[in-house]
Amino acid sequence: MTLTTDHSRAVADGAHSHGAVKPEGSRAERRTSFSLDDIPVPHGREEEWRFSPADRLQPLFQAGLGASGITVQVTPAPEVTVETVGRDDARLGTAGKPGDRTAVTAWNAFEQATVVTVPAEAVATGVTSVRIDGVAEDASAAHVLVRAERHSQAVVVLDHAGDATLTETVEIVVEDGAHLTVVSVQDWADGAVHASSHRARLGRDAKLKHVVVTFGGDVVRITPDAEFTATGGEVEMVGLYFADTDQHQEHRLFVDHAVPDCRSRVTYKGALQGSGAHTVWVGDVLIRANAENTDTYELNRNLVLTDGARADSVPNLEIETGEIAGAGHASATGRFDDEQLFYLQARGIPEIEARRLVVRGFFAELIHEIGVPEVEERLLASIEAELEKSMSVITGAPAEAPTA
Amino acid sequence: MPTLEIRDLHVSVETKEGPKPILRGVDLTIASGETHAIMGPNGSGKSTLASALAGHPKYTVTSGTVTLDGEDLLAMTVDERARAGLFLAMQYPVEVSGVSVANFLRTAKTAIDGQAPALRTWGKEVRGAMENLRMDPAFAERSVNEGFSGGEKKRHEILQMELFKPRFAILDETDSGLDVDALRIVSEGVNRAKENTEVGVLLITHYTRILRYIKPDFVHVFVDGKIAEEGGPELADRLEEEGYDKYVGAGAVSA
Ligand SMILES: Nc1ncnc2c1ncn2[C@@H]1O[C@H](COP(=O)(O)OP(=O)(O)OP(=O)(O)O)[C@@H](O)[C@H]1O
Ligand SMILES: [Mg+2]
Repeated sequence: MTLTTDHSRAVADGAHSHGAVKPEGSRAERRTSFSLDDIPVPHGREEEWRFSPADRLQPLFQAGLGASGITVQVTPAPEVTVETVGRDDARLGTAGKPGDRTAVTAWNAFEQATVVTVPAEAVATGVTSVRIDGVAEDASAAHVLVRAERHSQAVVVLDHAGDATLTETVEIVVEDGAHLTVVSVQDWADGAVHASSHRARLGRDAKLKHVVVTFGGDVVRITPDAEFTATGGEVEMVGLYFADTDQHQEHRLFVDHAVPDCRSRVTYKGALQGSGAHTVWVGDVLIRANAENTDTYELNRNLVLTDGARADSVPNLEIETGEIAGAGHASATGRFDDEQLFYLQARGIPEIEARRLVVRGFFAELIHEIGVPEVEERLLASIEAELEKSMSVITGAPAEAPTA
Repeated sequence: MPTLEIRDLHVSVETKEGPKPILRGVDLTIASGETHAIMGPNGSGKSTLASALAGHPKYTVTSGTVTLDGEDLLAMTVDERARAGLFLAMQYPVEVSGVSVANFLRTAKTAIDGQAPALRTWGKEVRGAMENLRMDPAFAERSVNEGFSGGEKKRHEILQMELFKPRFAILDETDSGLDVDALRIVSEGVNRAKENTEVGVLLITHYTRILRYIKPDFVHVFVDGKIAEEGGPELADRLEEEGYDKYVGAGAVSA
């Protein structure tokens, strides 16, 4: 049995529309390769680039990128080891192949990779922090590998800040029985352009919590892939984004249920404000013919705070077997509700505080799901800062009351 | 003595076809401690009056004045009106997901009083008020109005009236959708607020049954955007028997 769903383009400018666009073939047939020749520079109309500002990503489509634009600094938990290795290291390239142009240029350009290893059986007592700082405008490539060896446990937080033009690979290997949390925060300064291919492979009974948080930068495009290689695996993908005026934030994830008895949960939520704010969420989940007893659910919700912002949301669930435990998806894009604002203000709460309450409320449950207190606190602070920063945008262009 | 004074109030609502006049000269004075009931047919403008007083952006005051204790209410923003002592228990309270009742109540109380309520006494006060309204303590942790039944929403509105201690409260059909027990419980809440704070009440209703619990000092018949007749509590009984026919006829002629 094959069942494909594609809810395309929940665009919320004025009315909520829900058109249908046919997916360009199955995710199973999408080309992946380590070779630049196999994945050419896109012209922009390809399925995986159709929402993206290809012109702004041009520098990252080129071969031969350097590494002078960024610095990488790791502060490991005591149990965790860090190495810098050459591209010939055999551990690299084991978490799957690049699936698009920026991923393949990243793979072919890096000279040195950062390898973070959580040794077998080790339980990290603190957070391991990886800082990637943009220091110059040179288009650059970076490669980070996070390995959780069997039955280990750890939390690794990647922080992206400063101004950079960066294509990045984050390989994530979760061996049998390991529990790993990887958080990637994109808190870039204005002007940054960032493409990042996260590729995760999970062993037997392995658990990965994958968290993506995107606030800053001009263009951020993250493509997390997760592949199950043995039974009992579990992946929880959580994403939170907040796009301002003229920011493009794109998250395209792919969960590959290639084996039986695995579970995936995907929850992404985003807020948008200001004209030209554009977010894209594409959630591809593939349940292959032999992936019996799969349990999957994916959800994307967007809150459009002002006019002129646009959220595209495309959940895409492909099911090739009838023997599944559960499979579902949901996608909703709504405008900021002026009736909520009125209700809160009618209780004496000033407008800015009322908006803050509503937006925090929108993200609240998701933030608690992250389960890393340091990250949760920072997130709340970042959300406040976003709201503070753009109150002028909000009050200058109030959202229309939804027609009942 | 604080009063809420409405003078010759004309209000239009924004529609796609342009502004549509709804209120056509409302005159009403409510002194603190008084309870005024407003009764009138569907669509006569009762909720419009309530919303306009609270400052809902959909409604535009085209002429007239409203003062609260001499202050120009119409010059204030929605939240300023609430902080000045006006409270509106809504006909259809709004859901705010992800915001707990406890957080909401504390935030609103802090805004209205201009300072955070004392931690220890506030918790007690909230729990006590919820108990009085037979609200399960678990409601404190639920999102505001989310998944509340119609009756639970109304209790939550009156809970706020008791906790925020407004000077004037407008209750827009707080009684509709309540079963007999809930009606009594909610009415007791309003009466407690009246006893404890001398709040002036404007009670919008279709039914006299709530007036058996909450005794009005005055009853106003609202027809076609203005008050067509006023009287004492006995007027409510007459309306129940006779309906609005004679007013609606008159309204239709003048319209
Ligand atoms: N947004 C709007 N667009 C068009 N007409 C409106 C709008 N809002 C209110 N009205 C009209 O204004 C009139 C008064 O409505 P209102 O809700 O104030 O009546 P009400 O007296 O509260 O009625 P009910 O007893 O049914 O609650 C109605 O005819 C209604 O249709
Ligand atoms: Mg009404």
